[in-house]
Amino acid sequence: MAVRSTITTLFQEVAREQQRQLAPLSDDLKLLQCGLDSLSFALIVARLEDALGYDPFDTVESFPVTFGDFVKLYEARAT
Amino acid sequence: MALWDSVIGAAAARGAALIGRARAVPLASLARASCLGGRLEALRGRSVMVAIGDQLTAAIALLELDGVARRMVLCTPDLPAEHLPHVARTAQADVWLGDATSSAAPEAAGLDFAIEADPAPVPLPGGARRPAGKAESQLDTEWVLLTSGTTGAPKLVAHTLASLTSAFVGREPGDSDSPRRMPGAGEGAAPVWSTFYDIRRYGGLQIYLRALHAGSLVLSSAGEATTDFLARAAAAGVTHISGTPSHWRKALMSGAAERFSPAYVRLSGEIADQGILDALRAAFPRAVVAHAFASTEAGVGFEVRDGRAGFPATLVGTSEKGVELDVSRGTLRIKSPGNASAYLGVGAPPLNDAEGFVDLGDRLELREGRYYFVGRSGGIINVGGHKVHPEEVEAVINSHPRVRMSLVRSRRNPITGAVVTADVVLADAMENPRETAADERIRQEILDACRAILAAHKVPATIRFVPALEMSPSGKLVRPGA
Repeated sequence: MAVRSTITTLFQEVAREQQRQLAPLSDDLKLLQCGLDSLSFALIVARLEDALGYDPFDTVESFPVTFGDFVKLYEARAT
Repeated sequence: MALWDSVIGAAAARGAALIGRARAVPLASLARASCLGGRLEALRGRSVMVAIGDQLTAAIALLELDGVARRMVLCTPDLPAEHLPHVARTAQADVWLGDATSSAAPEAAGLDFAIEADPAPVPLPGGARRPAGKAESQLDTEWVLLTSGTTGAPKLVAHTLASLTSAFVGREPGDSDSPRRMPGAGEGAAPVWSTFYDIRRYGGLQIYLRALHAGSLVLSSAGEATTDFLARAAAAGVTHISGTPSHWRKALMSGAAERFSPAYVRLSGEIADQGILDALRAAFPRAVVAHAFASTEAGVGFEVRDGRAGFPATLVGTSEKGVELDVSRGTLRIKSPGNASAYLGVGAPPLNDAEGFVDLGDRLELREGRYYFVGRSGGIINVGGHKVHPEEVEAVINSHPRVRMSLVRSRRNPITGAVVTADVVLADAMENPRETAADERIRQEILDACRAILAAHKVPATIRFVPALEMSPSGKLVRPGA
């Protein structure tokens, strides 16, 4: 749960910074439809690495498509 | 021979077209129609700022202007208006070519002679374009591309049609780089090209020119969602498509790649790591996944199709196809007919070194018979295909009254390849080594200043306060990898 809330907070923080309208975050929300651009995702991933201490993309097999995929990617590494 | 004359006969016969988001223009129709009409003659011999907003209109205008204009400056649609006077002056531009969607007005560039392109080709009054083969009246038009410079103002890089097409024109039919022999280009079936790039950038211009020589082209559209663009590409039967690794990561994240099955997927403009190559191979099992090394200044260095990051050491030292690669100084140096001819402008630095190579400072490391890119000397950061010069960002950070000095560097990132990160030394760093609430306020102020002045990709993703930065004996900041 801690991972999910960290991710949610960062999505909101970066959306505010980049002045982008963030769609309500749900597990089936497509990442590319959440209102953020590539740079925003790059910022989120960089800050998640600082906050959580790891970057699960370095061994990723398939790129996350939905917000739920994204959270799962990070939760899988946390356990 | 001008672009029009070298491509139009063959392309028209194949039913080739330029395909935009809202409409398609068969190349054959351009024999009798024009976006410039009678105004084309007014552009003869001139240095033209091509500041057309719409990419399809620009694609047609470039085709019409080659051989007619003395010089065309390919302004990218996102070129900030503040740089227009510098670009116009440096290119000695004497006419502005815009359209209804241009992002700026000719006055912004200091030009008072302007021509507006029609949004769609208009039938020529005489019924047909000037006959091909009037070679004596044709100019060897200079194509000028913009690339980012240290100070934030763009550098102007001059090419000719010959240098831009050297990677594929004049290839023997058996040559793997001959457009007709590209993967998936079966007998009789012309490839349908597409690119995530805008054609006013080197990577996009390469695809535009390849398509004109053999096939059709589906153009991307600014502001179009990745999912929509890929759906459009799939519907148009795109077989060959290019983009940066960052474009491709975004495409894979869109989920739209599942409904698309190209024969050839090309990456360029950034380092292609093994992760993105593997992900693309899994997503497009039918496709040849190739990564190319190319830059605005050096042209196309090579293309690698074995699905592995880096490039084989056997490519170095040889002069295959007139392209010579050298790594003896630790960076990739390229001497090739694809090299640009010069940087424009009084006092502009030479493009080639004393031995005739272009060296952009891409550092290499040799491991088990293969060279891998390990970043840029001079610290240039590539954020999703956009270059960032650290000095430009440092200048903004250092303008904060509490900042003593800063070091901006690259941080690896799985989405955009890299992001910008800053180490900042505060004026009272020694007395106050720990981060405090006051530091948090300074961090916000620095970021606000950066956001106000710099493009979004240049704003540091993270800022770290450090007690000191390493200096060289000559008093310069020690830059990683420099």
